[in-house]
Amino acid sequence: MSSTPKIRLRGLSKRFGAKTVLDGVDLDVAAGHGLVILGGSGSGKSVTIKCILGLIQPDAGSIEIDGRDILAMPRREREALNDRIGMLFQNGALFDSLPVWENVCFKLLAQKRITRARARDKAAEVLAQVGLAASVGDLSPSELSGGMQKRVGLARAIAAEPEIIFFDEPTTGLDPIMGAVIDGLIVDCVKRLGATAVSITHDMASARRIGDSAAMIHKGRIVWTGPASTLGHSGNAMVDQFANGSREGPITMELRR
Amino acid sequence: MNLILNFLATIGRGVLGACRIIGAVVLFALEGVSHILRPPFYPRLVGRAFVEIAYFSLPVVALTAVFTGMVLALQSHSGFSRFGAESAIANVVVLSITRELGPVLAGLMVAGRIGAAFAAEIGTMRVTDQIDALTTLSTNPMKYLVAPRLLAGTVAMPLLVVIADILGVMGGWLVGTAQLGFTSASYLTSTLNFLQPMDVISGLVKAAVFGFVITLMGCYSGYTSRGGAQGVGAATTTAVVSSSILILALDYVLTAMFFGL
Repeated sequence: MSSTPKIRLRGLSKRFGAKTVLDGVDLDVAAGHGLVILGGSGSGKSVTIKCILGLIQPDAGSIEIDGRDILAMPRREREALNDRIGMLFQNGALFDSLPVWENVCFKLLAQKRITRARARDKAAEVLAQVGLAASVGDLSPSELSGGMQKRVGLARAIAAEPEIIFFDEPTTGLDPIMGAVIDGLIVDCVKRLGATAVSITHDMASARRIGDSAAMIHKGRIVWTGPASTLGHSGNAMVDQFANGSREGPITMELRR
Repeated sequence: MNLILNFLATIGRGVLGACRIIGAVVLFALEGVSHILRPPFYPRLVGRAFVEIAYFSLPVVALTAVFTGMVLALQSHSGFSRFGAESAIANVVVLSITRELGPVLAGLMVAGRIGAAFAAEIGTMRVTDQIDALTTLSTNPMKYLVAPRLLAGTVAMPLLVVIADILGVMGGWLVGTAQLGFTSASYLTSTLNFLQPMDVISGLVKAAVFGFVITLMGCYSGYTSRGGAQGVGAATTTAVVSSSILILALDYVLTAMFFGL
């Protein structure tokens, strides 16, 4: 491989009190590649993404984007990096004090790449890309259904045309059809932007649709990486147990009997 | 022996915890203030917070001030009439209102309204990831959420207190002229005769400090809240209780600074 990976994690570790959440995560994501991170609840998927976004400071390890260690960067540069990153939060995290159009164009307005007068038209344009009518722009986020909120969240994440996009459980809480629709939109948007996409999910159908490759995280470590298409028959007992959702296997839930 | 050690450890933990929180609040305040001074600025958000604090608190603060002035006039009358010192009533009313009761009571009312509202709003934004979302959208949440509110609170409270001062004196005047037999002119003359600029200024400085403290505790409690609906509820309570106590404690400190020496 000649090019440096878009994102490179080495030995990423994080503890909260006595609980070790990340225990040396190593991960590479190539530019323009779609990676799906799988793992049970509390396995450290979200913390990994939050470390890359700078929302959580890891205890040890390095995070490189385009070959530069972002943990060693001065704060201003680190903040500027977020201009090139988009994020779709699990529950949308739309600003309920603002109308949808202002949510969608929030980043463009924050970066002064657009005037408020132009923002409505731009919002309509982006909303159309996620299959929503321009009239949705004037609604408040609380007036939207779950699927629409997710699509507005997606519109907000892609509006500033980021190079890297994170998706935190994009299909959780949606019906299967809406889940497939969201997945389709994600794939389209990522392809159009040529962006690098990192998704967290435990929805196997979704993982196969939006991922080129997959990584399985268990107890704070990456235990497997491979093509997303092989999920379920990967040959790795842990991954296959997870993908098929069986109770028997190497992963044991800490349940009291 | 173990019992004593446990006892001391409990005290130590409490003290350390208190120190940690005080340190965290001070750092939070310093960061908030530093964002007030550095661009980008959000005049629209300052305006919105200002309207919320000043305009929508007006009815509550006005009613508080009028009734306080009225009660003060009545009470001081029942006390001073025993010594034939009724002429001091107007004086007592205006000094109590401008120096103490205007800023403190307005502060406590605003703490209930605004401290709670800010803690609930920012706390909800915290637990629904909206604050994290701000960071990913190239916006510093301290600058966007906290700085405008701190600025608006510090500016709005003195203005509210000017109105509270005027209405408080008016409350005393109402009771004085309607019930206690003062003529309007004599009441207002004795109100203004003894009033020093410092009486009003010290009250307004207090108001600015209280405005800062109320918005600071509201923002801090909300910003650091966690754990869903219950966490937001706890943050709201913390904001109101801590800012109320800080208002009363700082009132003593500021009074000692202005008039103690």
